[in-house]
Amino acid sequence: MADFEPKVVAFVCNWCTYAGADLTGTSRIKYATNVKIIRFPCTGRIDFMLLLKSFANGADGIIISGCHPNDCHYTSGNFHAKRRWIMFKELMDFMGIDMKRITFSWVSAAEGARWAEVVNSTVARVRELGPYVSYQKMVNTHIEEEVTNE
Amino acid sequence: MSNIAAKAKELLESKAVQVVIGYEAGPTGVVRPAFVTDPAKTDSLIYNENCLQNLAMYLTKHEVKHLGKMGIVATLPVMRSIMMLISEQQVVAENIVVLGISDDGKLLDIADMNVMKAHIEKSNLGNPTKDQEKLAELNKLSLEEKFKFWEQELSKCIKCYACRQSCPMCYCIRCSTDCNQPQWIPVQANTQGNIDWHILRAMHLAGRCISCGECGRACPLNIPCHLLTMQLSDQTYNYFKVHAGTSVDMKSVMSTFEPNDKESFII
Ligand code: SF4
Ligand code: SF4
Ligand code: SF4
Repeated sequence: MADFEPKVVAFVCNWCTYAGADLTGTSRIKYATNVKIIRFPCTGRIDFMLLLKSFANGADGIIISGCHPNDCHYTSGNFHAKRRWIMFKELMDFMGIDMKRITFSWVSAAEGARWAEVVNSTVARVRELGPYVSYQKMVNTHIEEEVTNE
Repeated sequence: MSNIAAKAKELLESKAVQVVIGYEAGPTGVVRPAFVTDPAKTDSLIYNENCLQNLAMYLTKHEVKHLGKMGIVATLPVMRSIMMLISEQQVVAENIVVLGISDDGKLLDIADMNVMKAHIEKSNLGNPTKDQEKLAELNKLSLEEKFKFWEQELSKCIKCYACRQSCPMCYCIRCSTDCNQPQWIPVQANTQGNIDWHILRAMHLAGRCISCGECGRACPLNIPCHLLTMQLSDQTYNYFKVHAGTSVDMKSVMSTFEPNDKESFII
């Protein structure tokens, strides 16, 4: 699997992590190019279904990142998000879906270096885990089945 | 005439309610829901250990609601559902008369929501024992084993949505699964789409499921989908010390927060 390049999707909030990622760039810090950043108004806006969609569409890893607690631009969006992810994580653990593929982090607009670190560590971990075939296979198996049935 | 029939007759005669939702024996002897509007016909109402269906789901249905004030035969899960529906502003307390049934099958005198609250509070609010045992068993498995279990169970799902229809808390007029712009859940029943569907449903019921087990009972393929929502009920209590459906002014677990909510996975 030496040539495996993990695809990582990052869902980040506009006000902290996106600005932080900008700072990473303007500070000329190099980091893994495997990440595709998608900007959201707030972590509170990040629907858990987006994660499932990403996995189904070929993502091997996901990063969810927003403002540190008490720093939310909308005061409480990240607190709401936190509750949601607590429940989501419990459900994933119960269903046996590997949460090692998902990084949750708080990265502020001033933490350019930290963003590079979050991305790099996630990419390294996902590279270790390999492609997320068990999830992607489920999508494909049924297609094959359908074709053979016809 | 049973206590329930007598009470239903009294309520209908005095016009305190216009319909009583209860259980009756169908032509083959199988218990089915009954909607009695005529005081002369309350004799068909029964209650026995087969009366398991959570009748609270009818409270939000237009066909029943438009009949007027509703009386409802309510075991503990039904009472908790009613509390939940009131706290979510889906039904109005004044429009409902509860014919409460105790754990040993006796008719309770539930004069109002305060009495009901007191009754609920002194009851066991955890998941039913046999489900809790199954949860404990599943929780012991490794990640791969758990995934295999759910992959196998959910691959059987035919997306009939009986689990959703039978749940009192799944009252959305337009469910996310029916939404095709964007299409959150694939229309066809494939394993991956089925897993997505059940994650969606469980997440929507986080902090709201009152552990009645109706979704699992309703499933024609015996998929234990109630275990997903019950696991989250358990976790809701573990993390936030909340049992759903215990008061009329309960704050929604997933749309409130405490700044010091504990977690250990966000870096
Ligand atoms: S699954 Fe979600 S959107 Fe659908 S009816 Fe239930 S709560 Fe509503
Ligand atoms: S056990 Fe199932 S039917 Fe009952 S409240 Fe929970 S999700 Fe709804
Ligand atoms: S009732 Fe069973 S088969 Fe129908 S959608 Fe729910 S889990 Fe799937």
